Amino acid sequence: MKKSKARSVFIGVCVAPAVILFVIFMLIPTFNIFKMSLYKWGGFSNTKEFIGLNNFKTLLADEKFLRTFQNSILLVVCVTVITISFSLIFAAIISREKIKGENFFRIIFYIPNILSIVIISAIFSAIYDPTNGLLNSVLGIFRGDKDPILWLGDQKIVIFSLVIALVWQAIGYYMVMYMASMASIPASIYESADLEGANHIQQFFSITLPLIWTNIRTTLSFFVISTINLSFQLVKVLTNGGPDGATDVFLSYMYNQAYTNSSYGYGMAIGVVVFLFSFGLAAIISFVTKREPLEF
Amino acid sequence: MKRKILSVLLAGTMAATLLTGCGSGNNNAASDDKGTESNETEDTNGEDAGTEGTDETEGTEGTDEAEGSGDAADQTLKVAALESGYGADMWTKIAEAFEASHPGVKVELTVDKKLEDVISGNMRAGDYPDVVHLATGREAGLTETLTKEKGLLPLTDVLDMKVPGEDVTVKEKVIPGFLDTLGTNPYPGDDNTYYAPMFYSPCGLFYNAGLLKEKGWDVPTTWDEMWALGDKAKAEGIALFTYPTTGYFDAFTYALLASSGGAEFYNKCMTYEDGIWESPEATKVFELIGKLAEYTESTTVANANDEGFTKNQQLILDNKAIFCPNGTWLVGEMAEAPRAEGFEWGFMAVPAVNAGEKGSSFTFFEQMWIPAQAANQDMAKEFVAYMYSDEAAKIFAESAAIQPIVGISDTLEGDNKMFYSIYDNGATAVMGGFAATTPVEGVSMKDTLFETVNSIVSGDKTVAEWQAAVEEVSDQLRGAME
Repeated sequence: MKKSKARSVFIGVCVAPAVILFVIFMLIPTFNIFKMSLYKWGGFSNTKEFIGLNNFKTLLADEKFLRTFQNSILLVVCVTVITISFSLIFAAIISREKIKGENFFRIIFYIPNILSIVIISAIFSAIYDPTNGLLNSVLGIFRGDKDPILWLGDQKIVIFSLVIALVWQAIGYYMVMYMASMASIPASIYESADLEGANHIQQFFSITLPLIWTNIRTTLSFFVISTINLSFQLVKVLTNGGPDGATDVFLSYMYNQAYTNSSYGYGMAIGVVVFLFSFGLAAIISFVTKREPLEF
Repeated sequence: MKRKILSVLLAGTMAATLLTGCGSGNNNAASDDKGTESNETEDTNGEDAGTEGTDETEGTEGTDEAEGSGDAADQTLKVAALESGYGADMWTKIAEAFEASHPGVKVELTVDKKLEDVISGNMRAGDYPDVVHLATGREAGLTETLTKEKGLLPLTDVLDMKVPGEDVTVKEKVIPGFLDTLGTNPYPGDDNTYYAPMFYSPCGLFYNAGLLKEKGWDVPTTWDEMWALGDKAKAEGIALFTYPTTGYFDAFTYALLASSGGAEFYNKCMTYEDGIWESPEATKVFELIGKLAEYTESTTVANANDEGFTKNQQLILDNKAIFCPNGTWLVGEMAEAPRAEGFEWGFMAVPAVNAGEKGSSFTFFEQMWIPAQAANQDMAKEFVAYMYSDEAAKIFAESAAIQPIVGISDTLEGDNKMFYSIYDNGATAVMGGFAATTPVEGVSMKDTLFETVNSIVSGDKTVAEWQAAVEEVSDQLRGAME
């Protein structure tokens, strides 16, 4: 009896630092964001005015916010779908097929993930350059000397230019994650499938995919969170929301409102919406993709 | 068992030190809070005293000053300054010179390219710098935020102070006109000065003088000549116009507005008068920019962002475009860039909108201000006054930062002489930006008025849509003005 009490005290003391840090650096700030979203406040003075849910009402009628919302959802969907397909295919090829220079490809694919987003922006700024850029120069071979494509200037294209950059930097990371779980699938399963006469594509869909399903589910939440965060950084450096707001995502809009437009409370209201949105989306995805885990 | 007790104790101390760490942080914050409270009371006193002081002793400033320097013993003045294109060195020199002329005062200098990021955290916690040099119109908008929140100390009494070490008042030394606009007195209806004007520079159109000379084309002085030149150049595959980012349309549009409707009209625009953006004068400006968009280099929009704006500026150096709106820092910014043979910078005022009138040029200047919560306000005011001394102006001028002081244009040399002489050549000076309002959520005049230019150039919006949107924003901001 005495021993178990001492044990729980010990556990409590051990856990306490983490809990305290979590409360101070996570719970309290999050609570503060929710609280601030109910005020009209510029960020500095002591003139905070409680305005209830007014910020959220303004938000619903704010066309610019709806546009940033559309942009963000488009990015999350496109980046997730494209990245997941490419990284699964590459992971399957590199881990299952006997190809030369396997490690070389592994490194090549992973490099973009080590680069900071500022460097990625600089790289893509050069790639997308309308006159001397890599992309237009290559396309010029096929298109001839027509007007250059303005990858960062045409409002219909520019958001997809961001998708390309985000996919490029994300593929390697997810590929490595999928390869790790593919490696743990016993080779004997594939051998018996071979004996049964299943080809590699059938093996991929009937063996590989179901057996790494839990891993894919986890990465889906990562996709939502990282796309929301990285798109802000990329937009901030590469286009600054331009041209004319065509690439504003909700975090860049939140930043603009909270700082440039001196509406800190409104910015926090956007923060609350983003918070709920990403939680909600992650929850929905996790619910929809729930399957009985398969074991081998 | 003993070992277990020991480990519990150890873990306990770990947790406890963590707690105390955080605890002391809280204590600090609390004392900071107290600090600001006492500051606040001080500052109201200070304000009163200050205004009384000026009321009483217009002529006997000398004694005031003597008292000031008497109090100066062992004071620390916290100065925060933006490191802009002029570099950080001059601020170090200024601090040294100020310390030398004010014995006992120690200047604690914070100079950074992203000053907002460095000082705003402490400011939120109640620890304010005494003097801040940070212009309006920056992306983080710290100056605007404090203005909108009424967080600035009026500097009107500084204007009547004697410039330290000299026998003239600040007001007498500043070039006339610099203290009469929304650029220094941001609240319409309140005559107090809140920003001290610093480092002025004329903005206008930079052009490729070498190319014009080579082709034998005249420098256009009216917009009609401009369009004619544009057509001629287009035939040779050269664009008339480009711009670094839409942010540069501020000075350009301000100059056009003032030129189109005069000073009074300009002030009405800046104070959001009802219907002013749909008046014939404003329409002329919108349509002019709309037409200019047709003459804009086709890849400009794709590079009109922070990552690519130098590529747009490079178009001028490469003989691919002729004009771009900019400020005097452009020459220094592109000093290292490769250029076409025979290239030469030219600089002119924005041509007049109405035929037969003189061109205009917006005068950009940076601002220095004192937070209302500054702890050391008297010395801060002394520091602001010192900025207009010949000694300080000389230090600034070495870094090409030109103080708006009477007679300074006579001392300039080289490129600077060309830039600063455009007012001598008859261009009308335009000053002051939009009036301060309380923040309106989701509404920004600068985004609507300037950022939309990208959509006009790319054809995604029409000039009429743009104009209607600006008027709507103006309507929303009018209600928020006090």
